[in-house]
Amino acid sequence: MITEKGLWHRIKTRLLFTGPTTFIFTTVVLIPFLYGIFLTFTDWDGIATSYNFVNFDNYATVFQDTAFWQSFARTLKYVFSSVIFINVVAFSLAYILTRRRKSNIYRTGFFLPNLVGGIVLGFIWQFIFNHMIVNAGKYFGISLFESTWLADPDRALWALVIVTVWQYAGYMMVIYISGLMNVPKDVMEAAEIDGAIGWRRMKNVVLPLMVPAFSVCIFLSLQRAFLVYEVNLSLTSGGPFKSTELVSMFIYNKAFLARDYGVGQAEAFVLFIIVAIITLLQVYFTKKMEVES
Amino acid sequence: MTSSMRKTWGAVKGILLFVVLLLFISPFFIILLNSFKKNKEITSAPFSLPETFSIQNYVTAFEKMSYFHAFSNSLIITVCSVLLIALFAAMTAHFFVRNKTKLNQVMFMTMVAAMIIPFQAIMIPLVQIYGSLDLMNSKAALIYLYIGFGTSLAVFIFHGFIKSIPLELEEAAMIDGCSKIQTFFKIVLPVLIPTTVTISILNVLWIWNDFLLPSLVLIEAKQRTLPLSTFYFYGTYTADYGPLMASLLLTILPVVIVYLFAQRFIIQGVMQGSIK
Repeated sequence: MITEKGLWHRIKTRLLFTGPTTFIFTTVVLIPFLYGIFLTFTDWDGIATSYNFVNFDNYATVFQDTAFWQSFARTLKYVFSSVIFINVVAFSLAYILTRRRKSNIYRTGFFLPNLVGGIVLGFIWQFIFNHMIVNAGKYFGISLFESTWLADPDRALWALVIVTVWQYAGYMMVIYISGLMNVPKDVMEAAEIDGAIGWRRMKNVVLPLMVPAFSVCIFLSLQRAFLVYEVNLSLTSGGPFKSTELVSMFIYNKAFLARDYGVGQAEAFVLFIIVAIITLLQVYFTKKMEVES
Repeated sequence: MTSSMRKTWGAVKGILLFVVLLLFISPFFIILLNSFKKNKEITSAPFSLPETFSIQNYVTAFEKMSYFHAFSNSLIITVCSVLLIALFAAMTAHFFVRNKTKLNQVMFMTMVAAMIIPFQAIMIPLVQIYGSLDLMNSKAALIYLYIGFGTSLAVFIFHGFIKSIPLELEEAAMIDGCSKIQTFFKIVLPVLIPTTVTISILNVLWIWNDFLLPSLVLIEAKQRTLPLSTFYFYGTYTADYGPLMASLLLTILPVVIVYLFAQRFIIQGVMQGSIK
């Protein structure tokens, strides 16, 4: 009797403590994920109640879908530039701010864009690119700015990069600041006594100790840039002439507008695999570069 | 370098940094400035100060985007999701740390591993499953989904923190006759408050501003959250710049007000949340 009551009691406690999360997590993340893999082998169109198995046909379609790979190449270009600029700007700001006494107002200001959603940020910059910059360009006679970048297939992607850098630089800056504050004072002083100042101190002391912060920031910016959707939607909605249609938007349109769910899901899955490989490789290599102070 | 030169150089650097800051936050001021102007003024002279200050744009935007409705939808969804994620995740993480069975370790590892799955890889089957079960288009469904997506990270952060709480604290409470549940709520939960604040801040920033998930779930106009109603308002009044500027500002305003009071916590929350 006692053991039975004990068992029942144990199950009750388990259900109470882990039941809600386990159930919700399974139904919201695990099952759709597994079902999604299953969907990639069907030709479901989103409406029909029945569908056929098509084996690897969807994946074959994905690999032959030049529009998808064009969008992917565009995304790579966008991710690469965004990640570099975000981290250069964020680290520079953090480095300058940690060496000043009164830096609170700066931190507050640079972080501000992160409080606002991508949709609103995109609309704000749409106005700036279409009106403010064009107006100023005409006034000062700078031909580069006289027509809007958002209507120019060669420049629209760069407009998107600018907004992304502006959006995330403050967030990454905060992480770099906490990394810089953890660089021990005595190490810095020892470096100074040994004659390492300026660039040499930066290269030989600060940067190696900051590898964990770089690891986190590059990981976060890679992930966010690869999966960008909201700023993309509200700033350019993929235009002009699909020149800024990044891969998230491509998949969304494939599935929900073209109603090609099987292929759309296969593309989403390919995207997931590629992003997972790239970010895991990045974390692996930056982990190897870490040093003890 | 002489000390006076160094001082001037320091001042120049200070001014440069200040200019960078102004450029950085100028987009918000540009929107603020133009939100008081008439359409014609906005397109012809976007840099000038408004000729007459008028709040007409705000009145229009407030009505047309049903601001009050959207705001309360956002508020209900964010508050419920954030509180429930924190409570459920804290309980689960606590149970995992204190009962190190094989099953629990597998469950924990599954949750951690799932963090790498992007939303885009789930959204299509998610819409299909929940659509066919007719569970879409309600705030409750959206909150349910947010709990599902927010669980992994929250359990992970709590797990790391609970490991550092001494077991003696809980044992003492148990000896005094507390049940597991009482121990959790009376002893463990109070210790977890700082971690809960960190997790909740990250979740508020995410859920309040999220667009893609609610745009898939909430179809009816009266269910829309703030980002959704801004988006649809923008789609319907493309050339009506005055009200558009006002609507952007109205959407930003609540977060900025909270930020002014809680900025220290928010920035600390981001710092702590990143160290994982």
